[in-house]
Amino acid sequence: MSHHAVLTPAAEAAPTPRGTRGVVSRRGLFDREIVVPALGAAVRKLDPRIQFRNPVMFVVLCGTVVTFVESVAHPGLFDWSVTLWLLLTVLFANFAEAVAEGRGKAQADALRQMRADTTARRLCEDGTEERVASADLRRGDRVVCEAGDVIPSDGEIEQGVASVDESAITGESAPVIRESGGDRSAVTGGTRVLSDRIVVRITAERGQTFLDRMIGLVEGATRQKTPNEIALSILLAALTIVFLPVVVALEPFARDAGTTVSIVVLVSLLVCLIPTTIGALLSAIGIAGMDRLVQRNVLAMSGRAVEAAGDVQTLLLDKTGTVTLGNRMASAFWPVGGHDERTLADGAQLASLADETPEGRSIVVLAKERFNLRERELGAGHVFVPFSAQTRMSGLDDGARRIRKGAADAVKQFVRAQRGEIPTELDPLVERIARAGATPLVVADGARVLGVIELKDVVKTGIRERFDEMRRMGIRTVMITGDNPLTAAAIAEEAGVDDFLAEATPEAKMALIRTEQEGGKLVAMTGDGTNDAPALAQADVGVAMNTGTTAAKEAGNMVDLDSNPTKLIDVVEIGKQLLITRGALTTFSIANDVAKYFAIIPALFVTAYPQLRTLNIMGLHSPTSAVLSAVIFNALIIVALIPLALRGVRFRPMSAGAILRRNLLIFGVGGIILPFLAIKLIDLFLTAVGWY
Amino acid sequence: MPYALFLLAMLVVLALCWRFLGAYMAAVYEGRTAWLAFLERPVYRLLRLDPEVEQSWQRYAGALVAYSAVAIAVVYGMQRLQGHLFLDPQHLGAVSPALAFNTAVSFVTNTNWQNYAGETTMSYLTQMGALAVQNFASASVGIAVAVALIRGFARRSSPTIGNFWVDLVRGVLYILLPISLVAAVVFVGQGALQTFAGPVSVHDALNGVTQVIPRGPVASQEVIKQLGTNGGGFFNANGADPFENPTGLTNFLSAALILSIPVSLTYTFGKMVGNLREGVAILAVMAVLFGGWLAIANTAELGGNPAVAAAGIAHQGGGNMEGKEVRFGVAQSTFYDVASTQTSTGSVDGANDSYTPMGGFALLTGMMLGEVSPGGVGSGLYTILLFAIVAVFIGGLMVGRTPEYLGKKIQAREVKLAALGVLVMPITVLVLSAIAVSLPAGRSAALNGGPHGFSEILYAFTSQANNNGSAFAGLSGNTPFYNILGGLAMLLGRFAIIVPTLALAGTLAAKPAVAASSGTFRTDTPLYAGLLLGVILIVGALTFFPAVSLGPIVEQLSHGRFFS
Repeated sequence: MSHHAVLTPAAEAAPTPRGTRGVVSRRGLFDREIVVPALGAAVRKLDPRIQFRNPVMFVVLCGTVVTFVESVAHPGLFDWSVTLWLLLTVLFANFAEAVAEGRGKAQADALRQMRADTTARRLCEDGTEERVASADLRRGDRVVCEAGDVIPSDGEIEQGVASVDESAITGESAPVIRESGGDRSAVTGGTRVLSDRIVVRITAERGQTFLDRMIGLVEGATRQKTPNEIALSILLAALTIVFLPVVVALEPFARDAGTTVSIVVLVSLLVCLIPTTIGALLSAIGIAGMDRLVQRNVLAMSGRAVEAAGDVQTLLLDKTGTVTLGNRMASAFWPVGGHDERTLADGAQLASLADETPEGRSIVVLAKERFNLRERELGAGHVFVPFSAQTRMSGLDDGARRIRKGAADAVKQFVRAQRGEIPTELDPLVERIARAGATPLVVADGARVLGVIELKDVVKTGIRERFDEMRRMGIRTVMITGDNPLTAAAIAEEAGVDDFLAEATPEAKMALIRTEQEGGKLVAMTGDGTNDAPALAQADVGVAMNTGTTAAKEAGNMVDLDSNPTKLIDVVEIGKQLLITRGALTTFSIANDVAKYFAIIPALFVTAYPQLRTLNIMGLHSPTSAVLSAVIFNALIIVALIPLALRGVRFRPMSAGAILRRNLLIFGVGGIILPFLAIKLIDLFLTAVGWY
Repeated sequence: MPYALFLLAMLVVLALCWRFLGAYMAAVYEGRTAWLAFLERPVYRLLRLDPEVEQSWQRYAGALVAYSAVAIAVVYGMQRLQGHLFLDPQHLGAVSPALAFNTAVSFVTNTNWQNYAGETTMSYLTQMGALAVQNFASASVGIAVAVALIRGFARRSSPTIGNFWVDLVRGVLYILLPISLVAAVVFVGQGALQTFAGPVSVHDALNGVTQVIPRGPVASQEVIKQLGTNGGGFFNANGADPFENPTGLTNFLSAALILSIPVSLTYTFGKMVGNLREGVAILAVMAVLFGGWLAIANTAELGGNPAVAAAGIAHQGGGNMEGKEVRFGVAQSTFYDVASTQTSTGSVDGANDSYTPMGGFALLTGMMLGEVSPGGVGSGLYTILLFAIVAVFIGGLMVGRTPEYLGKKIQAREVKLAALGVLVMPITVLVLSAIAVSLPAGRSAALNGGPHGFSEILYAFTSQANNNGSAFAGLSGNTPFYNILGGLAMLLGRFAIIVPTLALAGTLAAKPAVAASSGTFRTDTPLYAGLLLGVILIVGALTFFPAVSLGPIVEQLSHGRFFS
């Protein structure tokens, strides 16, 4: 039986509010603690070996060296000013990256404190305990943890059950139950046992624990360029390479026109033309994207997974915990055989008094709400009859009185056994409730059938709207449930998902993923159980719940620390936002070139061809002020766009066409117009202060 | 014919071509028609070729390059040996090595840059057996590359992109030959020459001189010169020569033939990728560019010469008639020349050098945009598809998805190849122009000094690197310097784009298709067409703005003042 047919552990953890708590704290964009070290890092990153990795900025650095040599050889205010601003351009780019990294470093430091070395109580073969440093633990060692102990490393509980405070990792303050066997046996190093005693078998080597990976991720130490980032880097490199001959050829062209151009001006033109804006911010965008995920308590094992999330076309969502609140709740009493509703409610409440399942609790609550039936204490004569797979009923024996609730055929059998009558309206009623997607529970008091309790899945509020958004983004949502097709269809209808997979088995889930992928679609899913692991691995984006098993966490490419399956939707948005930010800034960067040309070309050749003054449509003061204004704009725009790069371009769920139109307008058309105004303003300023 | 009627008729003819020739070409390259199998099969038997066997992109490209190398060698050899061969009634003798190299490269690369006067340099055998043959073959090669790229988009997880030899043969046999045959008859009917008899001598009694008038098999070469967007004329005056282009009808037909295949290939593209709207989007971009540049050129030429106006002559009749044929008038000549420069044809029916600055600007920048409006046969389509990949990549990012075009993900390799293909041309033009203006051998060949002389040099390399062949005139190109540098430009402009294009075809063909959804960035919408247009314009403007501002823009701003 798939564990999805019953209540999942995930359901108990969900829902948690979106947002951030715990160690992964939110910081302002320009926190002092981040900015000050970033300034130092910006200078350290001038190392040519580091710059070489970013071809665009490397060209700027080389240009700076050239203008510096020129300035030394022929000192002049203009040459020195250009050199300074070119250097600032590189520094601003370094600063952007350092700020993005700094945000991760601050989080990593907080995490590292948790890893502070503790001693562990290792169990020896003979059953005795020895104290060893956590650092010396090996995979396969067994350790004992009791109330107050910090769990030394990642592992599986072999014996016992304990309540564990995982707030250090998840930020969730309520303790969670961890027990041996089943899907809740995984424990994470750095978390604290609050009660009881457990024996944990260590499953991670030193340096490869969840905490270590988390530190590596937030710090960006393991950061590799993602496929899309590589593709964009190639385009940027190509745009850099093509501008080299454009600028270099200008020298002979100018000589042909009977004039000379200074090398400083040529370098200025080159730097203005190559896509420095996006080149400077590209890595900051990537780091910040991962950071945004961490802010939402999701750990992506690779940047590739984050990018893939933006491409997802099919979302497989577990019904329980994602689409519905997780538990079926009593929603109505339907009396039969001439009994009134109150009698039914009273019987139902009695039958559920000792039933601690969420369903049972909800019946007691509904009876109280509807008829003000107070919860009665279980008396001495009361004997609770628990649910069993054989009887498929539960209830209460009060002396000779036997009250039962359960599946229709089981209760009917129970009534018939006592020679009771089955009211004729019962079967149609049960059928009607089932058809509507709810679960009918029949209540009997001895040989009398009192009526039916309707248990309904409660669809999360607002979930329908989110699915509508998904649809607008071109993402198909598929609800996965262990329910029968009738029930599933009704819930799917109510929640507004596009499709559903009923009576889902792990095999059926896997087959669904394969079919979707064969149709060229990228699939994302969430999961937590060991039997989810193959599907999590097969899916393009597999988000494992932190409450889930180690197998699930290893199979997926993301872990949600809040264990909130709804968050998959956020992950998709973050993935899209990452790409949009890159695309928008690339467009902006290229569009900027138009104005820079109009500033620099007339300045270059106005002595040879005074007619070209007509092209100086901004009316810039002089050739030198024009060139310098363009260079200054080119540097300042990087700083101005750092917040956008770190925060990401705002994403709204819209169709691709609508998003493109909006972004083309803002970053394309805006990118053409803005520099005309800004360069003119800088020129006015330079002229006003009398420098040029 | 009034110009409006001319335009309307052109539109109707091209629309019919687009629909029917486009569909027919799709059928030809998908192997759905075989009405000439009786001619086709013997060719394959002769080549010992199994037409069913397809090639990987590496083999396809290898065959293409090997074939082209052999073709260049053959055309070179025939020029060098023409004095010893037959069909040389004028006893023209061997062509010089540098010129023979330039010409061989020129015709094999579909450029038809001519650093010579055909009637006094090339024998009938060279004209027909070497040059005209390449006019067919090079055109077919261009279409083959475009079709291979289309297959890359249309196929799913395929290791092959077609068979180069089959594509080459089918292009010639099913498309170029039949159309040329029919159209050549019309040209002959209109008075174009078609004879093997040698030149005639005419005694001018009035002036007491004897004039030698060259003749030759002109009409047969004329049609394929236009249809294959080759442009190499039999005579030096090209389409302005009445023996090549005798009447208004042949002038109209010439322009229609030039545009027919490049325009129709967008239909073929849409048909083969299974969505005609994709083809329409590409066509729309081509049409807007063409229309815009035609408007600039027409306005400038009909407005007359600014220098003449500055001299106080208020009324200039029908516009700038300098260098135009009276038979065709300003408007239709301009249309012809715009069609020819924007299709990498390069044939002319007037003198481009005598265009007004803005008219010349339109011809020059039309080529600088990469010959995509609609570009040469095949090359126009595959080049605009390279731009399309760059546009899709940027646009795709902006909607938050890994960009995809026609179901194929555009990733690092695709971006690399497309960027390479797009950037080869501007880099070649700028570097070679810079070399030319820097060296006395380069600068002294230009007739004019100042910006106009600069324009002449820039135009020459732009034309050759774009495999256009249009000459601005004014440049004495038949020097070893220009023959060799120009040959290099043509080779780079052809093969440095074709090889990445075929690599792209191979990579794309090997990819599975991604399903489209409403989150997919659609490429068959006006919005996308606008983006693609923007990318083409911005890439062109950013790479050539400085150079162009030193040439035609300075001239225009000087109101036609002459520079020494």
